[in-house]
Order: sequence, then structure tokens, then C-alpha cells
Amino acid sequence: MQQTVILPMSSAGGRRISIGDPIFAGLAFAAGFFVLLLLGSIILSLFFGGMPAFRAFGLSFLTSATWDPVHHVFGAAVSIYGTLLTSVLALIFAVPLAFGIAFFLTELAPDWMRRPVGTAVELLAAVPSIIYGMWGFFIIVPIMSQYIEPTLIDTFDGIPVLQDLFAGPPFGTGLFTAALILAVMVIPFISATMRDVFDTVPAVYKESAYGVGCTTWEVMRSIVLPYTRVSVVGGIMLGLGRALGETMAVTFVIGNSDQISSSLFGSGNTIASIVALEFPESPAGSLKLASLLALGFILFVISFIVLAISRYLLRPRLKA
Amino acid sequence: MSATTATAGSVPGPAKNQKISLALGRRRHRTNLIIKALCVLATLIGLVLLASILLTLIYLGGSGLTLNVFTSVTKPPGSNGGLLNAILGTLIQTSVGTLIGTPIGLMVGTYLAEYGRHSTLANSIRFVSDVLLSAPSILIGLFIYEICVEPFGGFSGVAGCLALAVIVIPIVVRTTEDMLQLIPPSLREAAVALGAPKWKMIVLICYRAAKDGIATGVLLAVARIAGETAPLLFTSLGNSSALGSMTTPMSSLPVTIYQYAGSAFQDWVQLAWVGALLITIGVLATNILARFALRGGR
Repeated sequence: MQQTVILPMSSAGGRRISIGDPIFAGLAFAAGFFVLLLLGSIILSLFFGGMPAFRAFGLSFLTSATWDPVHHVFGAAVSIYGTLLTSVLALIFAVPLAFGIAFFLTELAPDWMRRPVGTAVELLAAVPSIIYGMWGFFIIVPIMSQYIEPTLIDTFDGIPVLQDLFAGPPFGTGLFTAALILAVMVIPFISATMRDVFDTVPAVYKESAYGVGCTTWEVMRSIVLPYTRVSVVGGIMLGLGRALGETMAVTFVIGNSDQISSSLFGSGNTIASIVALEFPESPAGSLKLASLLALGFILFVISFIVLAISRYLLRPRLKA
Repeated sequence: MSATTATAGSVPGPAKNQKISLALGRRRHRTNLIIKALCVLATLIGLVLLASILLTLIYLGGSGLTLNVFTSVTKPPGSNGGLLNAILGTLIQTSVGTLIGTPIGLMVGTYLAEYGRHSTLANSIRFVSDVLLSAPSILIGLFIYEICVEPFGGFSGVAGCLALAVIVIPIVVRTTEDMLQLIPPSLREAAVALGAPKWKMIVLICYRAAKDGIATGVLLAVARIAGETAPLLFTSLGNSSALGSMTTPMSSLPVTIYQYAGSAFQDWVQLAWVGALLITIGVLATNILARFALRGGR
């Protein structure tokens, strides 16, 4: 009987609450839209910031290898070359190691070992990039200059092409060392993606291959890799995207020079390292600052393309 | 006996000749063994690298770890300075950056999981957020420099916080969306069936069910931005007084490490190692904590 009294109250409550829904939905929508706006403004601010440089040098900004702050002539070729070379070289070092780790973690390691070892490898990704820079500069560079670089120079001496690639005084710093440090930094990203996609292979496929007598490696090569091929490439592209924009670690070990070196042991710079290094000496409004922002825009375009490809390739696998 | 040889002879393939098939089998197993060994080696290399970094930090940073590091501010070389202002600056900028970035990231994740789902707009937001997740952090620094430092005429702690917040957003978006998607639909249906409006269902049911996962995302974001150097170079720059205001340049551990490690003064390099040890311990501890939170959530 008395319960009828409650009804109007609850319906009043219902009306009050119904305001909450559009507000909350609006907030969520606004936040989502804000992210789109954020990326848009990053691109636009870099583009318009770099506009004076694009206007002053035109398309030759991309191909010119001159970086001359005294005469206000700037070109992007040296840093684009350094960025691409170190990143690709880093992938050449990192992919086999990352594959080995992913193979070990998914097929070979005993169960109790998977979690701690997997976590340890992922912690490599958590170490801040400045630490890699210091570690690279104080630990790896001396090792490179005393042992590895002289050995490589002696080994390839007299072999055409290779003797030019591995030439020059073994300073320890340079493109080669930068690529090595980058490789260490991207290994955890690539191996984590590979491990995740290897785990998506249906067990019954692998079991049937084992059933007809395949070895572990044959199962990996003929079942797991073909099944996950596209995603593995996506994971590698993700690593490439990381390597392209890496700043602090590279700045410490690349040697920083404004010339293209024919030797891998020569010094160079990357877009990120030149921006970090030259920025403090670039007054606001100067052509140099505009050139650095233009470099930033170029880096953004390159990494955007790489990351977009990576996402496109990884999409179907990680959804499933 | 004769029957088996007859069948063996009729089967095509290398099994016909026992010698060859045995040799082939041996080769296959040898290849398998070699590759397995190489994979173990690759994993060992990975672990040795991690150990090498940690041992270097403990060996070189540990020796300079004194109380003075925590009690005095950065000073000119040779005058026994510490890292107090850098530590405070990192704590302030990391926490403010997280406080700004987390609610935005949370709402974006909510939009993607609960409202937009697979609409074109949601898909493009998801894509953009993933691009931001891996975009070079130095570019985020340049962006904040252009909109926050240049127009207002100076480097500031606020700009540093904003740059870090931009890095936090996509990390929180990713984990929030993933975690909300793990919640069974029946839980949502139960709430709606009781007459709860959608926002109450999300806030009171979904967030609560996903809170461990979301906390993991926030912790991972904290760990990520605490060690960021590049964006802060263009935004908060650094200073040498203990408690600067948010509108003046503010120091941080990573930027101080960067300035000190490249210097020619032994005591500065030593302090850089101490700072490196501190920041790495902080970042790795937060990371491991985040992993445990996630494990508890599952």
C-alpha cells in the first residue's frame, strides 16, 4: 500500500539522473576529439614552425648536406641519412636477437622460467633512454674503441666495399655504436610483439606438425612463422618507429658531426640528436630554430608513416 | 619381413634409402639443436645487457650515494652539491603531468570502449592515440615549446608538466580501453537492468571492475615519464634553486643527468651516476609494482 508513495520519487530521481548521461557522454566524446586535435596541432605547429626554413631553402632542404650556422645555410640530408642508417642497422642487429628471445620464451623455456625472463627482457624497455646514453658512453664506447672496432677494421682490411664501411680511426663513438645501443633499446619491443603473435598460433597446428615428426625449429619455420609473418613484420616496424625518434641515447654516442661519413665508424647525427644538441644555441625566431622545427616535421612524417604501416600490419592479429 | 620391405619400397620419398634418411634426420636434429642453442644465447645476451646496465649503475652510482645528495641543491662543480632540486622537480612534474594526463586518457579510453566502439571516429581516435604512443617524445617537447614556451616568453615547470601529460594520455587510453573491454557484458546488463543510467554503470561498475588494470596503466605512465629527458629540454629546462615556482624553469633528474654526464668535472659526472641510479631504481620499481597490480587484477 505504502509502496505506491515511492514511485513518484524514483521517477523524479530518474529524471534527475538522465542529465548525467549526456554530460558524461559529452565529456568522453570531447576527450576523444581532443586527442585528434592534439595530433593535428603537433603536425601543424611543427610544419608552420619550420615554414621559414622550407621557404628559404625549398625542396633542396631535404637534399642539401650543408649545416652551416655561421652562414645560415641549413640542410637536412646528413641527419636524415644518419637517422635512417642507424635505425635500419639497429634493426639488423635487433631482429635476430629479438626473434631468438621470442622463440625461447614461447617454445623452449620451461614454464617457470617464462615469466621472470619475459619480465626481465621487458624491463630493458623501461630503462630510461638517458641511462642507455650514459651506459653507452662510459661502458660501450671504450669497449668498442679498444676491442671491437680495431678487430673489425683488421678483419675487413683488403676486402672491397667492406674495408670502406669499416674504416677510420676507432674512436668508439659514431653511427655503428649508436646503432648498437638503439638495437638494445628496441629488442624488448620487437620480442614482446613477436611473443604475443607467436602465442596466437592455434596449438592444434603446432601439434599436428610435431605429430608428423617435425623438430621444434621446423615447427617454428614452417608453421608459426608463415602463420604470423605479417604481424612479425608489423612488430619490426614498431621497433623501427621507436628507433627513428630515439634522442638521448643516440646524442651521447653518435659523435655529432655535420658530415656524411662513408665509414660506419665515422660520426654523424640523427634528426633527434641534432635537435637536442643545437636547440640551446638557437634563439627564438631564428632561421636555425625554424630549420630544427622543419627537421622535427620531417621526423614526424617518417615515424608517422612507419607507425601507420606497423599498425596496419598488426591490426588483424592482435584483435583476434 | 618381406612384406615390410615391399611397403617401404612403395612409399615415395627419402625413406626409401635408410642411410640417406638417417643422415637427413641427423642433419635436421643438428640444425634444430644449433638454433635452439642460438635462441638460448640470444636470451642470455638480453639478460646480460640488463645486468650490465644495473651493475654499472650500482657500482658507479652507489659509491657517490650520500645524504648530501638528498639535502643540498645542485651547485657549481667542486662545491659539494646535491640533487635535491632535481629530485623535487622530477617528483612535481611527474605527478602533475600524471594528474593532468590521466583523466583525459581515462575519458578517451571510456569513449573508445563504451561509446564509439568501432565507428569511424573511434577507429581514427584509436589510430591517432597509438601513433602518439610511439611518437618520438622529442617532438612532443618541440610542440609544447611552440605553444607554451615561445608565446609566454620563457621555460617553465608548467610547460614541462604539459609535455609529460601529453605522453601520459595515450598510455592510459590503451590500458583503459583494453581493461574495459575485458569486462563481461553480463555485468553491464545487470546494472542497466536495475535501471542505472549508462554513466553510473560505467563509473560505478566498469571502472570498479577495471581499477587494477587502469592503475597499472597509470603506473606504467608514471614510470615512462619519470625518465623522460628530451621533452623537458625544451620546456622546463632546469635551474639550481630548491623550490622554484611552476612558472619559472624547473630542474629534473633526467635533464640534470644529461647536463652533468657530459661535463668535464669529476664530481658532476659522479652526481650524474647517482641520479641515474636513483631514477632507474624508481622507474624499474614502479614498473614491477605495475606488473604485480596487473597480476592481482587477473
